[in-house]
Amino acid sequence: MNIWEIIIITLIKIAVIVTVLLLAVSYAVYFERKISAWAQNRIGPNRVGWKGALQPFADVFKLLLKEDIVPEASNKPLHALAPFIALFVAFSTYAVIPFGPEVNIFGYKVQLVVADINIGILYILALTSLSVYGITFAGWSSGSKYSLLGGIRSSAQMISYEVSMGFSVGGVVLLASSLSPVKIVEAQHGWMWNAFLQPVGFITFLVSSFAETNRLPFDLPEAEPELVGGYHTEYSSMKFAGFFLAEYANMIISSALITTLYLGGWQNPIVDIFNIQGTLAVFLQVGAFLLKVAFLLFFFIWVRWSIPRFRYDQLMNIGWKVMFPLALFNLIWVAVLIMVFKI
Amino acid sequence: MSGIKRKNNLTFLEKIYIPEIVRGLKLTLQNMFRPNVTLEYPEKKFTPPDSYRGRPVLVKDINGLERCVACGLCARVCPPLAIEVQAGETGTEKERFPEKFEINMLRCIFCGFCEEVCPEEAIVMSKDYELVFSNRNDAIFGKDKLLVPIENLKPRLEFLRKFK
Repeated sequence: MNIWEIIIITLIKIAVIVTVLLLAVSYAVYFERKISAWAQNRIGPNRVGWKGALQPFADVFKLLLKEDIVPEASNKPLHALAPFIALFVAFSTYAVIPFGPEVNIFGYKVQLVVADINIGILYILALTSLSVYGITFAGWSSGSKYSLLGGIRSSAQMISYEVSMGFSVGGVVLLASSLSPVKIVEAQHGWMWNAFLQPVGFITFLVSSFAETNRLPFDLPEAEPELVGGYHTEYSSMKFAGFFLAEYANMIISSALITTLYLGGWQNPIVDIFNIQGTLAVFLQVGAFLLKVAFLLFFFIWVRWSIPRFRYDQLMNIGWKVMFPLALFNLIWVAVLIMVFKI
Repeated sequence: MSGIKRKNNLTFLEKIYIPEIVRGLKLTLQNMFRPNVTLEYPEKKFTPPDSYRGRPVLVKDINGLERCVACGLCARVCPPLAIEVQAGETGTEKERFPEKFEINMLRCIFCGFCEEVCPEEAIVMSKDYELVFSNRNDAIFGKDKLLVPIENLKPRLEFLRKFK
């Protein structure tokens, strides 16, 4: 393959992923509203389109037509920049997550991942840490005390949970002996999913990703009753929509990341058991990936409508006194697995 | 919460919260499969029970006349002074009738005192809850809007006889 073919194939992959991701984000919002309605014995949006299926587009148009209010006391360049940082981080993380095996399309060997880089895990950890800047800038530049409190809470929370997240990933990296997400998925063939081999690491990573995405049991940065809207109190119109989209994009990224690291990525045990080959196998494997991500998204929403918010000191206690030691324990457990059972 | 006594010594299972979290998740999952309670209002309408206090109306008897004798008790008891009655004389056995009977629906608080105090069962609360007007003059309901044939009010009258 010459350089132009590589560029064109990569561009096509980027276009496909961005389109799918944007659609998935808008429908994540739709299903958030639907599932919350079902959990409360309501119907949910059902007026726009078939069963309300066009509701996300109606929401976006409504937000586009709203007046964009920039507060007088705000730091205007940063105020405008913050939602774009949040969006950029949310979407660029997806570059290294593999959603399928290597396939043959018209004679080209195509890896179903945008960038198969050998330190993908470090790239993901670096970018998810960057996402705190979007929220902190938003909180600080708004010139409002509610926003500032939300931003500060979010930075403290993200730094605390990044630690246990990093140590949980350490276990996965040890087992696969690689930092590349593609290799990590390949190491989990059959039922050798990391969720079964290191359940403690799975739980700590799951909880940390809830905290990283600011979803409900840990949504202190935007705690509605105390902080009005938290870091996006002073945002309106499309800038608010930017944060809104970023939150749901982050949710999808987290689900995809959990799938890749712990639930075997695109590995489909059915394909291995019945030894299916060719196009059907690829479809089954990509389908398995999408199914796992969809289930995790449902789980995110389900948890949001079941569990009340933590208090701030409880959040810090759990982060440092429970999740961090558990992640360390998991690392030792994985080392024992490798040494004793030679996995 | 003064009434709740908290246990100080939680067991290990209670301390890690996971069984309780699973219980909560199970409850919401069960709720997702229960029937919805939403009534899609403009398409489907709520039929209130007989005890419902909707718009107060005047009873139009079988002979086509109002039952009201314009004693003015309802106007007297009305807390927000929404009712205005002016009596007139008739040549018949009933002697008195309301020349003018107006209820200002912007003032009415649907307390039902007028119905309770009425000696003739002439004013009752109907099941009508769709009250919309575009200006303040429309909100003052005269006799033309207030008179409702007795057939439509039978359930409410029976309810009143049972429980009043």
